[in-house]
Amino acid sequence: MLVTEKNNMTEEIEELVRRYGRERSSLLPILQSIQRKHKHIPDFAQQEVARLLDIHPVEVFSVISFYSFLNTKPKGRFIVRLCQTISCDLQGKAAVSKAIERELGITFGETTKDNKFTLEYANCVGMCDQGPAMIINERVYFKLTPEKAVQILNELK
Amino acid sequence: MESKGDLRAPVSQTPLVVEKPKDTSAIGGMVSIEINEKKVSVPLGTTILEACRQNGITIPTLCHHDDLCVAGVCRVCVVEVEGMRTLQASCAFPITNPLKIKTSSPMVRKARRNIIDLLLSEHYGECYSCFRNGKCELQSLAKEYGVDNYTFGHVTEPKYDVDKSSYSVVRDMSKCVLCKRCVRTCIDLQEVGVLEAIDRGDKTHIGTFLEKPLADVICINCGQCINRCPTGALRANDPSDEIWAAIDDPTKHVVIQTAPSPRAAIGEEFGLGAGHSMTRELNTALKRIGFDKVFDTNFTADLTIIEEGTELIIRLYKALVQKENVALPQFTSCSPGWVKFIEHYYPEYLDNMSSAKSPQQMFGALIKTFYAQKAGVEPKDIVSVAVMPCSAKKFECNRPEMYDSGYKDVDYGLTTRELARMIKEAGINLPEMPKSDFDSPFGEASGAGLIFGATGGVMEAAIRSVVEFVLGKKVEDIFEKANIIPLRGFDGIKYMEIPIGDKVGPVPDLIKHLVPNWDWLKGAVLKIAVAHGTANAKKIMDDIKAGGKFSECHFIEFMACPGGCLGGGGQPIPTTPEIRKKRAEAIYAEDESLELRKSHDNPNVVRIYEEFLTEGPCSHLSHELLHTHYTKRGRYIA
Ligand code: SF4
Ligand code: SF4
Ligand code: SF4
Ligand code: FES
Ligand code: FES
Repeated sequence: MLVTEKNNMTEEIEELVRRYGRERSSLLPILQSIQRKHKHIPDFAQQEVARLLDIHPVEVFSVISFYSFLNTKPKGRFIVRLCQTISCDLQGKAAVSKAIERELGITFGETTKDNKFTLEYANCVGMCDQGPAMIINERVYFKLTPEKAVQILNELK
Repeated sequence: MESKGDLRAPVSQTPLVVEKPKDTSAIGGMVSIEINEKKVSVPLGTTILEACRQNGITIPTLCHHDDLCVAGVCRVCVVEVEGMRTLQASCAFPITNPLKIKTSSPMVRKARRNIIDLLLSEHYGECYSCFRNGKCELQSLAKEYGVDNYTFGHVTEPKYDVDKSSYSVVRDMSKCVLCKRCVRTCIDLQEVGVLEAIDRGDKTHIGTFLEKPLADVICINCGQCINRCPTGALRANDPSDEIWAAIDDPTKHVVIQTAPSPRAAIGEEFGLGAGHSMTRELNTALKRIGFDKVFDTNFTADLTIIEEGTELIIRLYKALVQKENVALPQFTSCSPGWVKFIEHYYPEYLDNMSSAKSPQQMFGALIKTFYAQKAGVEPKDIVSVAVMPCSAKKFECNRPEMYDSGYKDVDYGLTTRELARMIKEAGINLPEMPKSDFDSPFGEASGAGLIFGATGGVMEAAIRSVVEFVLGKKVEDIFEKANIIPLRGFDGIKYMEIPIGDKVGPVPDLIKHLVPNWDWLKGAVLKIAVAHGTANAKKIMDDIKAGGKFSECHFIEFMACPGGCLGGGGQPIPTTPEIRKKRAEAIYAEDESLELRKSHDNPNVVRIYEEFLTEGPCSHLSHELLHTHYTKRGRYIA
């Protein structure tokens, strides 16, 4: 990271700490804000959050590693999370996943070359009665078919 | 300032200490409970585990440790509580109302066995080649609680690569049982925070920041995590194979220095209770193993006192008389864990660090210069080993600046545990050894050097000398038997004021060229403080930063390990508050038994200033060999 980038990041986190407070319980909202803005939480940001909350960087890292919606490395602009849990599985998740993989030319866990899409599995997202379901960034799509999934992706492209 | 430090951690992260209250009504009184149908009464808030222990009932534990906060993660300690649907973790269950507890019902026994079986099903068990073989809590649980087959399977291949990047600590996560003792140690006792649980579910493991190798993150090498790990997942980086090779090589002259704390603790590895000093037995054993010379680290501890004390006097003189801008308070520098801690977290205060090397490194530099000359040995043929209670000493001797003799000053730092193993491998039963003395030319040392092993010891040793230097009277006239009691004991932070008064003595010859007289100290009050465990060091440093009471101190002793060196990360496992107390008693008792109890009275120290360091303490040559500099490391890692 460049020095100016670091300074901006520090300012940004100081602002977040002012808003959410210096308690340990402020950690998640702060991390979520950084994630929302930067699509990931850079190494330097983790250390700054730790410094400003007076905890240790590894504690921040531990929390990030626990939550699938927080990540330390940049991912694609659209993060596609397909539910892999049993209800969706029974309702045809396998076909949807194949169609998505074919359409994007990557497998689960990967990011497209143009950094547009990242493909991941998620566990139950609470749409079991309307599966198969997926989440793209913060929006939920349900009752998917292979065709519908491909169409949704194409609209985003 | 206190308040912030204490509010930081949630209640669950502060150690739960239930002291027996003097007045039980003050805390809500006693509660009558029934344990295995026996009626007992305990103070309100006692955990079930505590209550059982007090009444002679053993409950197995794994994640619980007397030094640490409650975690309640392993469930090995479950008991049945009447009226509750599920079994309860006894270590995490404070008693607040009358209960009926069963500690060995069929349900408890079955659950315990299952829990241990499940732990084993994920554990890479290969006890033969494991350093904890025979001293492993998991192994003893399996033995004691009737595990006779692997009900849920067994791991035969290691799951993780062993991290050997650090000079001090080796991490083998295939042996980890996720008790998080290391995590709590490093965060709560040491405030370094290297380790945490990473990922979740069956992928959970203990990792470092960004999963980097230990050498690349901010670890102060204190080894406290090793001492609290119940298994072989954490161990020190053991150089004993290299040392055997040197001993076996006839062209090498292998010398060893022994620090006071290992001598007070090594008996534990040979089945003695804590608190037996083995100093002179060890001398014989080391010779029999094949070391050519055995020296006493206390000799350079005495030297440290002279150098560091002189440095303090120079600083005070500059500040008070010459009105120069010098960094005060002066900080001690003999704990390499503390050195690395300040280099990372408070690099702006490195000027406050005494430039004096630690006794280990002073000795290293002298052995390959002064001793080599005297003994007529080529320094390149000397292999210099240091027996230390400490894993950070391994890192310290590998610091690139520690080559002042022209060679690597100290070749290997060996922990108490590792030395005990070498002695056993040589077929020697240490307690049966006849006693023998240290080798010349360094010979015997003072009790002041000896008490370096306990928290407050460096300060006490320094005060014994400074008081006699400045006041010109015997320290015994001020402190009974020269024991400076306020500096002893295990309070996290100790503070003391010593008024100089208006009678001062003559300046001793040794430092006459540095200060003309002591008149400038008349009426002054010497303020000193002591901290052990880097969490306490952090408190003092934050107070100094905020301009609090400790910023007005003149001299502060810091030791990275709880209890000081005697609780070091290389000491026999287990180390508990009780054991630390006994080791301290052994050290202070040995000190009191000695004739020579002040560093400046040590004739060998006097002699080295006459023969070798002829320009006196803090002179050019002594700076070259006995002093060092520090690195501003900072708190960020790329
Ligand atoms: S950690 Fe304990 S149980 Fe595991 S291999 Fe080592 S001695 Fe055996
Ligand atoms: S050696 Fe000390 S600083 Fe390093 S991980 Fe262990 S407890 Fe933490
Ligand atoms: S490394 Fe040791 S202390 Fe740390 S969690 Fe694993 S078993 Fe427990
Ligand atoms: S199983 Fe897919 S949303 Fe619940
Ligand atoms: S010892 Fe009680 S849960 Fe681990």
